[in-house]
Amino acid sequence: MPVDIDIAYVARLARLGLSAEELSFYRDQLGVILDHAAKVQEVDTDGFEATAHPLGIVNQFRPDEIRPSLDRDEVLSAAPATEGVYFVVPPALED
Amino acid sequence: MADLTIEAAGSALAAGELSATELLESVLARASLTEADLHSFLTIDHEGAIAAASASDERLQRGESRGPLEGVPLAVKDNFCTRHLETTCGSQILAGYRPPYDATAVARLRDAGAVLVGKTNCDEFAMGSSTENSAFGPTRNPWNPDRVPGGSSGGSAAAVAVGSVLGAYGSDTGGSIRQPAALCGVIGFKPTYGLVSRYGLVAFASSLDQIGPFARTVVDTVTLFEAVAGHDPLDATSYQGPVPNARPTLAEGVSGLRIGIVRELGGEGYDAEVAAATSAIVDQLADEGAKVSEVSLPSFEVALSVYYLIAPAECSANLARFDGVRYGLRVPGETVEEMMARTRAEGFGPEVTRRILLGTYALSAGYYDAFYGKAQKVRSLLIAEMATVFEQTDVLVSPTSPTTAFELGAKTQDPLAMYLSDVCTIPANLAGTPAISIPIGLDAAGLPIGFQIMAPALGEKVMFQTAAAVEALAGFDARPAMAVSP
Repeated sequence: MPVDIDIAYVARLARLGLSAEELSFYRDQLGVILDHAAKVQEVDTDGFEATAHPLGIVNQFRPDEIRPSLDRDEVLSAAPATEGVYFVVPPALED
Repeated sequence: MADLTIEAAGSALAAGELSATELLESVLARASLTEADLHSFLTIDHEGAIAAASASDERLQRGESRGPLEGVPLAVKDNFCTRHLETTCGSQILAGYRPPYDATAVARLRDAGAVLVGKTNCDEFAMGSSTENSAFGPTRNPWNPDRVPGGSSGGSAAAVAVGSVLGAYGSDTGGSIRQPAALCGVIGFKPTYGLVSRYGLVAFASSLDQIGPFARTVVDTVTLFEAVAGHDPLDATSYQGPVPNARPTLAEGVSGLRIGIVRELGGEGYDAEVAAATSAIVDQLADEGAKVSEVSLPSFEVALSVYYLIAPAECSANLARFDGVRYGLRVPGETVEEMMARTRAEGFGPEVTRRILLGTYALSAGYYDAFYGKAQKVRSLLIAEMATVFEQTDVLVSPTSPTTAFELGAKTQDPLAMYLSDVCTIPANLAGTPAISIPIGLDAAGLPIGFQIMAPALGEKVMFQTAAAVEALAGFDARPAMAVSP
């Protein structure tokens, strides 16, 4: 299966603001890597489910006990912009 | 003193022949001699280490040792969160970040009385096989500074090789502990998936990532493993059963053990000297009474392809958290999306960008089934094949990497060539099984050769037993020239 990559769309999904040159560079490299990776499609996997956990461990639970959280001021102090007890970001919605 | 094993240092500390402070001074002196050439550390925490050593000395004087790591200077890879100590993962996007908490592995080391010397260099977010992808400059190989130390945990491997610490930890997603251990001439061990908590390990590919140790002897490797292993309620993937106890059977030898040579991990692309050293040690194991046979695991031929779909897919999801909001770099933008896209484009280096794009593509609508979904099914096939082979063999062996250390820059322009240096190590990550690399000799250029032993899930006991036999047979005691005290 020939690998056809809409690299600008993929970069948008990944929130990576790349230049036209970078997009072209990565599209070419991804093509080579995916050609190699596409070998998986030739393997007969009839009767096999996708691996979820290599040891098959599922649904671990722990008691729902209240315990201290990280210190709020300390957590906020690592953020690029805050106001009061909030993280500050540029507008997410247009007017 | 920087050349002591953990076992010997522990005895000397317990006997009062050596103080933790003296031992720390000794390794810091070694680091100050070698770091200009190596760059194995991103951060050396002089103040914290001196305080920890001093506290350790007080406990030792009171006879309140916390065990075999009391007063022992160690390092962790820079993708382990360390409270108030810079944690960058080798990335510009986290430059200056000081986590508000310790990873469970770090907390357990502190509780065990270990002295944390610093944070070791690595490929950005543990993505790479040479440590050249660190945003802060590469680590170099202690045996030849023109060569790479391997990766992604290259800093930990190099630091242990020269004695800047007596042991260290890394993370292994596709070989990132074992391959640098092989290239630097030390032991590197990836435990069974889930035996060591990943809480506080900055996630790369969550179904593959595992923490493990670097050391210079098998016994030290067991000690470092035991200190961090065991269930942690803070990591829902952590194994709830008992940790395999390998210590009592270490010296039992390989007589009667069934050892399988993996046919698919050899041949074209493997250095002749690596192949010869591997055969020689297998012959010695047979002489010791091991039943050696060749085994075939056809799915290993596509393990690299499987890995380069699953790991990038999981990385693209895990690294979504680096968005300029809660921590790390922010590049301003008019809208939140523009801010995030600019921040990520500027903050991530080329390999991380490449893998995020690859993973996003492999997970995107229309391609999921053909790439990610299919890769996870082939992974199940590989796990089944390994389970079948382990019914007839106790351990599997192979070279750790097809070549010895390559030159800096040799593979940076060709991602696929770089990925191939992990071809022997990746299957154990896909299957979640334990594997270890033991140094068995030097090639003609004086570069170390590593030998890999793989065991079934939770088969650490037989794996370490075989490793101890290989260690004794190989008698590898060479040290890089820069580690030899003047």
